[in-house]
Amino acid sequence: MTGQAGIITEDVAETAADADSPKPKPQTEAVDIPLLRIDAVVKKFGAFRAVDRLSLDIRAGEFFALLGPSGCGKTTLLRMLAGFETPDEGRILLNGRDIAQVLPHQRPVNMMFQNYALFPHLTVRDNIAFGLKRAGVSRSEIDTRVAELVALAKLEGLEKRKPDQLSGGQKQRVALARSLARRPQVLLLDEPLAALDKKLRESTQLELMELQRRLGTTFIIVTHDQEEAMTVASRIGVMDAGRLEQVATPRELYEAPHSRWIAEFVGDVNIFEGQVESREAHRLAISTKDAGTIVVAEPRQPITKTIVCVAIRPEKVKLSRRGPVSDAVNAHAINRLEGVVTDVSYLGGLTTYKVKLDTGAVLRSSMANTARLDIDAYSASQRVVAWFTPDDCVVLEQ
Amino acid sequence: MSARPIFTRPARLAAIAPYLWMALFFLVPFGFVLKISLSQTAIAQPPYLPVFDLTQGFAAIKAALAELSLDNFRLLVSDNLYVLSYLRSLVVSAVSTSILLVIGYPIAYGMARLPQRWQSVAMMLVIVPFWTSFLIRIYAWINILQHDGLLNKVLLALHLVSTPVVWLSTDSAMYLGIVYSYLPFMILPLYATLAKIEPALLEAASDLGSSPRQAFWLVTFPLSLPGVAAGLLLCFIPIVGEFVIPDLLAGSSSMMIGQTLWLEFFTNKDWPVASAAAVVLLALLLVPLSLYDRLQRRQLEGAR
Repeated sequence: MTGQAGIITEDVAETAADADSPKPKPQTEAVDIPLLRIDAVVKKFGAFRAVDRLSLDIRAGEFFALLGPSGCGKTTLLRMLAGFETPDEGRILLNGRDIAQVLPHQRPVNMMFQNYALFPHLTVRDNIAFGLKRAGVSRSEIDTRVAELVALAKLEGLEKRKPDQLSGGQKQRVALARSLARRPQVLLLDEPLAALDKKLRESTQLELMELQRRLGTTFIIVTHDQEEAMTVASRIGVMDAGRLEQVATPRELYEAPHSRWIAEFVGDVNIFEGQVESREAHRLAISTKDAGTIVVAEPRQPITKTIVCVAIRPEKVKLSRRGPVSDAVNAHAINRLEGVVTDVSYLGGLTTYKVKLDTGAVLRSSMANTARLDIDAYSASQRVVAWFTPDDCVVLEQ
Repeated sequence: MSARPIFTRPARLAAIAPYLWMALFFLVPFGFVLKISLSQTAIAQPPYLPVFDLTQGFAAIKAALAELSLDNFRLLVSDNLYVLSYLRSLVVSAVSTSILLVIGYPIAYGMARLPQRWQSVAMMLVIVPFWTSFLIRIYAWINILQHDGLLNKVLLALHLVSTPVVWLSTDSAMYLGIVYSYLPFMILPLYATLAKIEPALLEAASDLGSSPRQAFWLVTFPLSLPGVAAGLLLCFIPIVGEFVIPDLLAGSSSMMIGQTLWLEFFTNKDWPVASAAAVVLLALLLVPLSLYDRLQRRQLEGAR
């Protein structure tokens, strides 16, 4: 699934490059050398290590998201890529050349700023043309290029306006057009949609993906919004305390998190701590204090520690009145937990339940509302059986 | 349902207050000055004619009105003492204001780029001289600049000059005094606009290929223009009417209009001519003021 997405992106990148000759030549060697290699980079502010020996490869044409809580160092990393901060240690290689010490105005990298940083004294047109003028592009070339970008960002008719006369969404599009004007090899986006309201943000995410696919430019987006990262990015790097916790596709990140911290940071999750009891036929039995013995599928990487935790996403937990109607063959492998519904939150598309287990622990479950009239809906204080299969569980160390 | 007034009575009074203030302390006195400027000088108390006497009835006032004339204004134009005074005032003010901008801009720029906690310290340092009387500070300069003053002592001690240099009663001394006195008026509005410029704008300029110098001229400077205009105006207008500094520090060969005015008023006791000179000065200063006003209005409209 991931591989496929990658191929599609590169195909589009090449066709886009063919159609548009003056753009940087397609990265044919991308398979071997990554477009961007971040190598053991350290950035300290006083004694605080904002970025702590971080290494990461980004291939040409990728839409990469840096995701993390505020203060995790993701913006510092992005600013080092743009050249606004200089790493204290390590290298940043762009096409094999170390750009760590190169000044921002000499890098083939552009940035879209968090609050857009549009020049308030310049018109939309002059904002977009700003970078082209600095590059010494001829006047007629600037005119055609600006016209292209205006069309690309759907800004027709707004060319003569000043930023103060634009709506939030329009400003966002001007900022995007301006940052793309110099045809950067890498476009950095610092929380580009944070200032938009939810509806506009969602449609803009789709536009951003579409644009990235059409241009084939490598995009690196910084965001604290995991839904946004999962929507737009082909790969996500989750950062915490200056380090990358995991780099994976959105699906891997959600379904196969590397650590308890990732599992809890990305989406909702039920966590039960326990000990490995027995191991047989690709199944582990884990005895937990809060949920009894849970049978889980053995992970690909063998568990070395005996103290582990079991993570189950709420939507994997099904509720029923009498327990699953299962076929006899699998029946023994299904985890069942009994309890009482304490909370029901109807959210439209889905309903979330909190179930107080007989052991006293709380289990969360969410179910899609697939039918308009739901005769099976559960209500508070109703006794239910919560169940999930061994494959629905992820075993995590620590 | 009746519409409620938007403003309550106290609010309406508050809105009128500045107009009342201006009427009472500007328009009414200005009316007196204007009237005196149209009168004739006389050896009397007050030293001009005619004098309106409201007790004499309507006919007397009508007769007095008929006596008013523009003679004093004609005199201002015909005697080049006044024309030269006006010209010197404008030139001195223009030169001083230019020097102030050249010195004040880098200081304000430096202040705006200091770390936040040092900015308030720098601001204090700019304002602190105000705590000493303006006149005392000018006298202190006389002390420094005089024949055996501090400046000459230092220059002699350093063997930069062999005999004391004449500083006092020169135009250089006057410019020094003016620039020294008005520097805060240039720095503060400049600092206020420069400090407001988002650092991200400079990063954006740099990201889009501008060298630091280009970023300054393409982003910082245009965005600081409202502060430049405010600073220029705040210095230019009072310097045109400056009296104390040229009187104490400059030579006596040529006079600024403030000095000429003082001379007419106190030495020659010619109130009408002094008033006419003041009225013309005000009219002259309305030009830069209205320019500034138009500029500001255009900016407001641009923002909308």
